[in-house]
Amino acid sequence: MTIIGLAQIAIVLAAVLAAAIPLGGYIARVLSGERTLLSPALAPVERTFYKLSGVDPAREQSWLSYTYSMLAFSIVGFASLYALQRFQSVLPLNPQGFDPVPADLAFNTSMSFITNTNWQNYSGETTMSHLVQMLGLTVHNFVSAATGLAMAFALVRGFSRAQSATVGNFWVDLTRATLYVLLPLAIVVALALVGLGSPQTLTGSLEATTLEGAKQIISIGPVASQEAIKELGTNGGGFFNANSAHPFENPNAFSNLLENWALLVVPFASVFAFGRIVLDFRQGRAIAIAMGIVLVVGVGVAYWAEANGNPLLSAIGVETSPGNMEGKEVRFGVASSALFATATTGTSTGAVNSMHDSFTPIGGLVPLFNMLLGCISPGGVGAGLYGFLVLAVVAVFVAGLMVGRTPEYLGKKIETREMKLAMLAVLIYPLTVLGFSAASVLVKSALDSLGNSGPHGLSEILYAFASTNANNGSAFAGLSGNTPWYNTTLGLAMFLGRFAYVVPVMALAGSFAAKKKSPESAGTFPTHGPLFIGLLLGVIVILYLLQYFPALALGPVVEHLLLQAGKTF
Amino acid sequence: MSTKAATPGLFDPAIIRRAAIDAFGKLDPRKLARNPVIFVTEMVSVVVTLLFIRDVVTQNGVASFSGQIAAWLWFTVLFANFAEAVAEGRGKAQADALRKTRSDAHAKRLIDPNNRSGMQDVIEGVSALDLRLGDIVLVEAGDLVPGDGEIIEGVASVNESAITGESAPVIREAGGDRSAVTGGTTVLSDWIKVKITAAPGSTFIDRMIALVEGAERQKTPNELALSILLSGLTIIFLIVCVTLWPLARYSGTMLSVTVLIALLVCLIPTTIGGLLSAIGIAGMDRLIRFNVIATSGRAVEAAGDVDTLLLDKTGTITFGNRMADEFIPVGNVAEHALAEAVMLASLADETPEGRSIVALAKSRYGLAAPADDADARIVPFSAHTRISGVDLPGRSLRKGAVDSILAQSSVPKDHLPEDFKRAIERISRTGGTPLAVSENGFLLGLVHLKDIVKPDIKDRFAALRAMGIKTVMVTGDNPLTAAAIASEAGVDDFIAQATPEDKLTYIRKEQQGGRLIAMCGDGTNDAPALAQADVGVAMQTGTQAAREAGNMVDLDSDPTKLIEIVAIGKQLLMTRGSLTTFSIANDVAKYFAIIPALFVVTYPELEAINIMKLASPQSAILSAVIFNALIIIALIPLALKGVAYRPVGAAALLRRNLLIYGLGGILVPFVGIKLIDLAVSALHLA
Repeated sequence: MTIIGLAQIAIVLAAVLAAAIPLGGYIARVLSGERTLLSPALAPVERTFYKLSGVDPAREQSWLSYTYSMLAFSIVGFASLYALQRFQSVLPLNPQGFDPVPADLAFNTSMSFITNTNWQNYSGETTMSHLVQMLGLTVHNFVSAATGLAMAFALVRGFSRAQSATVGNFWVDLTRATLYVLLPLAIVVALALVGLGSPQTLTGSLEATTLEGAKQIISIGPVASQEAIKELGTNGGGFFNANSAHPFENPNAFSNLLENWALLVVPFASVFAFGRIVLDFRQGRAIAIAMGIVLVVGVGVAYWAEANGNPLLSAIGVETSPGNMEGKEVRFGVASSALFATATTGTSTGAVNSMHDSFTPIGGLVPLFNMLLGCISPGGVGAGLYGFLVLAVVAVFVAGLMVGRTPEYLGKKIETREMKLAMLAVLIYPLTVLGFSAASVLVKSALDSLGNSGPHGLSEILYAFASTNANNGSAFAGLSGNTPWYNTTLGLAMFLGRFAYVVPVMALAGSFAAKKKSPESAGTFPTHGPLFIGLLLGVIVILYLLQYFPALALGPVVEHLLLQAGKTF
Repeated sequence: MSTKAATPGLFDPAIIRRAAIDAFGKLDPRKLARNPVIFVTEMVSVVVTLLFIRDVVTQNGVASFSGQIAAWLWFTVLFANFAEAVAEGRGKAQADALRKTRSDAHAKRLIDPNNRSGMQDVIEGVSALDLRLGDIVLVEAGDLVPGDGEIIEGVASVNESAITGESAPVIREAGGDRSAVTGGTTVLSDWIKVKITAAPGSTFIDRMIALVEGAERQKTPNELALSILLSGLTIIFLIVCVTLWPLARYSGTMLSVTVLIALLVCLIPTTIGGLLSAIGIAGMDRLIRFNVIATSGRAVEAAGDVDTLLLDKTGTITFGNRMADEFIPVGNVAEHALAEAVMLASLADETPEGRSIVALAKSRYGLAAPADDADARIVPFSAHTRISGVDLPGRSLRKGAVDSILAQSSVPKDHLPEDFKRAIERISRTGGTPLAVSENGFLLGLVHLKDIVKPDIKDRFAALRAMGIKTVMVTGDNPLTAAAIASEAGVDDFIAQATPEDKLTYIRKEQQGGRLIAMCGDGTNDAPALAQADVGVAMQTGTQAAREAGNMVDLDSDPTKLIEIVAIGKQLLMTRGSLTTFSIANDVAKYFAIIPALFVVTYPELEAINIMKLASPQSAILSAVIFNALIIIALIPLALKGVAYRPVGAAALLRRNLLIYGLGGILVPFVGIKLIDLAVSALHLA
């Protein structure tokens, strides 16, 4: 670990914090339907949308109707994306003349993009036409993130309102989140990336003659625009298979810094926006700090593990002073790679600027654990916030009784119904991750996809299901996922991780919105101070550690111990 | 508070014996199904027992291990049953005592209750069990009251010790707020005619028996929510254990079902699952031993949540009677002379005010009451003159309302002495009542009568405020007086010149703001407010209407108990929360015991996380299971007594309990499992 490495990490985190607080205020205004700086330019566009689609922006929806709208929107998105891929050969903007995408891969990819996962069982540059990339994938990069934001703020309204039958209007939230938040940010970041060297063109590929005189096809395309929303919307689906390790997606240290900033800023800003909407900045701050601690500890552990390198290599005299450089870009180095890996899995981005599969066992445990937590540090756009709020509800319930009152969070009593819904959501993760992992080790064809045997192979399987379940999408490259088994099960994991989780969360929003709000007093469980932050972290770590400890012990933990003893896989 | 004659101790041998037997009776899976965590434990105990039989038959060498695991799993279930049985046992002992009072009372029913003939009433002897609603019965000295009812005629002294444990008789009479009688109490003197208001089987005593026995026990809302959490955790750990088998097989370890079940039982929250119902029953029981009967567990929980207490001024905040606080002479009258005059005028005054004047004169001025003067002629108080006093030879001493004394004195009304006017103004401003004193028509001065606030009440209100509870004083006084007393007692708010409607309005307003309200009351006109309040404590001495409207009845009729009721409610919730936290935190250590034990054969490197250095894999698993069973027994006293409660703010409480039960819950099992492992390996059990 070096001072420069630590400084790189500190600069990114400081820049995120500096931007997240004002951006949070802006998001709060946008999602409360207030006028903003951009209203003069965007309000007419917004009104046109409503007029064309017949949405009455003043009509609010109950949680059920809100959820139906969200599901309907996602189903249509899924169907159209599936069709685009299956018919890409006969549709325009296919300069490379790609064939239709196979059915199982198209299913997996469609599920992947509507759930904001962007798990990619294919190489974008050799599989998808420009039309699919732009009209299909890039559009979903926006709207799947906006959907997450919409659902999160439906839940936030549940807390801020009292005795209300409605939680907002899904179509309005979706439109405003896309139009006022994601689009302007994406334009700015995309232009900056073009400035830093990313290509932005509709040309399919270039043919170059190498020094030896050989011909090389170099794929290019609308890279910068997709790159910007890939990070801002915590999507992670790269234009190229190498993702942000590719020099066109992430040309240099500055673009790396910008992308790292971009993938953290909206999730953190949403948390501050939550504080504004519940009219108590401290509540948002407490959650942001808790998320920040998970993030910083993760970065610290990953950086430490990677900087120490591989003991087996140092033992045979290989120069390991830069740390474990296997699978890392020399232009980024260990510190930036550790930060990127932690941030991309702490959010549900899943973009990578280094290969997580090549991390040391402990370094690789950090991204894995982040995703087993469900990506909540700070999480996907919207998804991180609602995921964390559900955990806050559980934590308040467990410990809140200890102050001698029915547990309350933000003045809302947590009773049987709320507990049922919260547990229903919490149950989905172990069911999906452990269930599919256990099924996979029983299926021969699934084991054949593994790049490694032994505990590392188990880590690869766990990683894949943790990643898809948490809608992250990053891959532990060792696993070849483009098989019917994995295309299907990973697709289902994405579906369950998003929709089976969020429907109870929406019901929770409705349930909280309908409740009275108890006023705060000295007898109220305080949810803004260091005590609560510590409690929240303790409950999260213990709850998840208890769920995954046996599996982790057989995967990365034993792998680490074996590595120390000189065994690799 | 009066204590019941035989309050069973925490571990009364008779109760323990009975509970030990009941614990086996509760193994019935149909009964256990109410408790998902323990139900799952029982089901897997059956499985391990079958595996044990298989191991014995096939002689595969692991029978000793699976036998011990099976035994300790059954102990886990039995210990949980035992905890519940002990909690119920204390109630059953009380119920038996109550049941004796109910047995075979005879009733004297009036055949013609309307009796227009004016002749003597005709009565028939019937069994108390045959009484119907609306029957009129005659109860005479020495009779048991045959059922709950309302006195329609007569007055009697009644011994209610069967219910309250208080042997001093109370007066019950027709009309007013003292007209309710309870079945099972005894009339000591005189006679009353009682209209039966509760059918046999649903009388107050019947309800009490049902409550203390826990026969009608429903899960309370919070208990239900907690059960959901525990069931959820149980499902999660089921998933963990079921999926572990294939994951382990992949890694080259074939796990036996016995160890997977051992892991499962260690992980699912058996500690809190086993103690949950005992905590609830014990909470009700604490209230009952405090002589408060709650009609539902829901009410006890609500008590813990209360945000606002409505307290009647009289009897709760003040002693209930105005008392002399100072003597204020006017003009050049000596203070001592005034004291002497007013003492003489009050010697025969048996009202609390009169007695307090004599007491003040004696204590502050060292005066002694003179021997009885034969010439003294007492002038008793009359509502007409509003004056009382005494005529001694040559001295005509009078005290009374200021206007009345002035009217018959020589002082012209518009030329009142300045210091007299100032004193009256000062007394009224502080909420007191001035009493004028005259001798032979000459104005001597004033007595300042004051509502005396109970000496320790201000500290208790301060403690309530620290707990986040707002206190509101309800009084019929005018706003000026009310404000003065409110500030002296340290209440947060007051309702002056309160009518029953005002109370109801206030409660509704507070509830609209999301607050929970507790109040107590005894009169029929309190009934709507008692019913509206989240916690309505009716006085046992109150009317039937009030007792039915509230959700608690205080047998001692002591309104200050509201404060303790809140504390008991909070303690109940805290005990649940603390043991839940403890139970979940325990799992960390169990993992460190079991996980290396499961896989150390395949991966010897995992010995590194065997940080307790347990002797062998089998001993590690067995020790964790034994710890898991024994901790239930160890925590029974805490579950029954409740965790210590202090009236401090939520943040301080949380910090303290998190430290004890959270951190303690992580650390204790490391020590416990290590000790058990030492014993297990010393005894060569595994």
